[in-house]
Amino acid sequence: MFGPLIVKPSKAKGDKTGSWRVQLRPKFLQKNCIGCKMCLLICPEGCIQGKEKNTYITDYNFCKGCGLCAKICPKSDIIMIEETSEGEKK
Amino acid sequence: MKQFLEGSRAVAEAVKLCKPGVISAYPITPQTHIVEELAQMVADGELNAQFVNVESEHSAASVVLGAVATGVRAFTATSSQGLIYMSEVLFNIAGLRLPLVLTCANRALSAPINIWNDQQDSVSLRDSGWIQLYAENNQEVVDFHLMAYRVSEDKTIMLPVMVCMDGFILTHGMESVDIPEAEKVDIFLPPYKPLYQLDPAEPITMGLLADPDYYMETRFAIQETFKDVLKFIPKVSEEFRSIFGRDYKDGLVEEYYTKDAEKVIVAMGSVCGTIKEVVDELRQKGKKVGLLKIISYRPFPYSRVCDVLKDVSKVAVLDKAVSLGALAPLAVEIKATFFGKKKSPKIISSFVAGLGGRDITLESIREVFRKLTQKEVSSEFIDLKPELLKEEYGE
Amino acid sequence: MFKPGHTACAGCGQAIAARLVIEAAGSNTIVANNTGCLEVFSTRYPESAWNVPWIHSLFENAAAVASGIEAALIYLGKKDVINVIAQAGDGGTADIGLQALSGMLERGHDVLYVCYDNEAYMNTGVQRSGLTPFNTNTSTSPVGEKSLGNLRPKKPMPEICLAHGIPYVATCSVAYPQDLQSKVKKAISIKGPKYIQIHVPCPLGWRHETELTNQVDRLAVETGLYPIIEYENGVLVSRRQIEPKAVTEYLKIQGRFKHLLNNPEAIKMIQDIADNNIQKYNLRVQGRENQTKEV
Repeated sequence: MFGPLIVKPSKAKGDKTGSWRVQLRPKFLQKNCIGCKMCLLICPEGCIQGKEKNTYITDYNFCKGCGLCAKICPKSDIIMIEETSEGEKK
Repeated sequence: MKQFLEGSRAVAEAVKLCKPGVISAYPITPQTHIVEELAQMVADGELNAQFVNVESEHSAASVVLGAVATGVRAFTATSSQGLIYMSEVLFNIAGLRLPLVLTCANRALSAPINIWNDQQDSVSLRDSGWIQLYAENNQEVVDFHLMAYRVSEDKTIMLPVMVCMDGFILTHGMESVDIPEAEKVDIFLPPYKPLYQLDPAEPITMGLLADPDYYMETRFAIQETFKDVLKFIPKVSEEFRSIFGRDYKDGLVEEYYTKDAEKVIVAMGSVCGTIKEVVDELRQKGKKVGLLKIISYRPFPYSRVCDVLKDVSKVAVLDKAVSLGALAPLAVEIKATFFGKKKSPKIISSFVAGLGGRDITLESIREVFRKLTQKEVSSEFIDLKPELLKEEYGE
Repeated sequence: MFKPGHTACAGCGQAIAARLVIEAAGSNTIVANNTGCLEVFSTRYPESAWNVPWIHSLFENAAAVASGIEAALIYLGKKDVINVIAQAGDGGTADIGLQALSGMLERGHDVLYVCYDNEAYMNTGVQRSGLTPFNTNTSTSPVGEKSLGNLRPKKPMPEICLAHGIPYVATCSVAYPQDLQSKVKKAISIKGPKYIQIHVPCPLGWRHETELTNQVDRLAVETGLYPIIEYENGVLVSRRQIEPKAVTEYLKIQGRFKHLLNNPEAIKMIQDIADNNIQKYNLRVQGRENQTKEV
């Protein structure tokens, strides 16, 4: 007999840590982005994705709103806005 | 083939037949000869294995843990302080449900430091989730190692096995043992086919954090699996008999003249050889005595013990270990076997002997039989030297 | 390879570093992890963030478990195509894990050891470790009437590993993610034991804003307090050169050093440490851009 023992990562969906955001969330302006990928590299959740310039966006299901991406963007193309404001959420 | 070998060498030969891929150990008397023999076999190319000389027993157990987790059969051996030092890892291995065989060369526990034989080390780990088998002689040592891998790696079991042999008495004793042929061992023990392993082709996560919502079931599962082990060991023992000829019956206990016995000693390990001699001697004189040898200490074979002893009027449990502050460990199991049962021995007396390597002689066993009277005794130390004791500390 | 949905604190430096490490190492990697923040937040049954084979055993034995994995892979003839990484926090490396690490380095196993240095036992509540620096306020070296916090300097782990004569030792910081990834890739390509120590800020334990993780670590490097160096076969092959900033820049944005800001003596001592590092590794750049310089 076996109890909880091993997890196959393909079966693990992860907690929806986007629910942790209470104050701020990042808004990706996608205007002056140079595709440097620093936001993608620095995100502790690893939930920012993108290919070319101006395509970078976070997965709001997982984004905890830490603000690192906004702080590191050399072109200030990511800004932190109020969590309750309108606009892209999911 | 029968060879006249030192016990440690017999272990090495048995392990060689089982073909582990990774061996890792740290030297501690009286286990040293086992790992030295294996090291020589690897150096000579007789055994194809990675021999990892670690910096502590804790790491030795961790190395074999990592190896088995990666899908390779592994082996380690230790004693006493080493066993206790690696105990953290041993609990971990059982909890991770990894199959492994460890030889424990039973030795007393510090302090005071003592390198001679008793069973405190392995008995202290009875709660760890390891299957524990106790050998009486070096033939059993060889045979139990083969059976241990077979039991351990079964897909329904996946629990590690500790083969316990009395330090110096068995490890350094020369006996004539039959080392089975490799071809027969290959039939009895096929290569290890992991139920789960660390492999980039199919990634898995092992050793997760289980919060209160998940932990309890893991322990329940191991407890239930031990019940399966009680049923599985007899099957393996029968398979062993059919291939190698030696019959360990159910592989859980050995009955020696217990059928009509009025007095029976219950014991584990090499002392059983001495007890058998005294039983023979007293039977010659017409005394109805016997021995119940416990082979599988974990899982404890309560129903077998009950079958054998329920009609015996006086039972003496001879412990080669202590559970300081409580009743002796083996005695507790024997008493627990009969609690609430209609038929049970009238007297279950508990004796402690042989701690720190103090010799258990034929006379000691005769004394146990003599002391097994209408008056039940509890944790009576045999061959104690009262002149070494004083009530108050002082010059 | 390191999926979102784990329960690290927002802004966690170790989460950044762990993801960068495994992405650089690739999917043909087996990871042995010690107990710590990383293990706890990434593998809570039934969730797992790891898309590579991963095992956690105990607090102090990742190096030994990794040694066993490596030995098994050699036995199976697969070591040349599969990487083995052992990873742990600073406590699991410099304190309780030192024995297993030293043994692994001495035996020469082909394993990359990664130490995530957040300078305390963060997972259990910010207690001091052997890698907690000078005068830090931690829960077991708290600031009080009679104490300025942790008195002892950091245990020199990179030097200790170097002394074992291993082929690769490097320090990194999450402030320089590309440097981190290129060092991991280089380490993986070298056969033998490798040691990489990554400075990872902990917003909770260091008491700074979550968005400042990157900035805090940049200052750690730019003040000279955390030299970014790289040794191959005992020879210093690269160091990140800096235009040194005063250590107060680094201290003032973290709550754990707040008590030192009015203490010129303590600040002088810390400045001396930074100056020693700058001199020892020749970190000062003369009027040039901040960049990693080949020696």
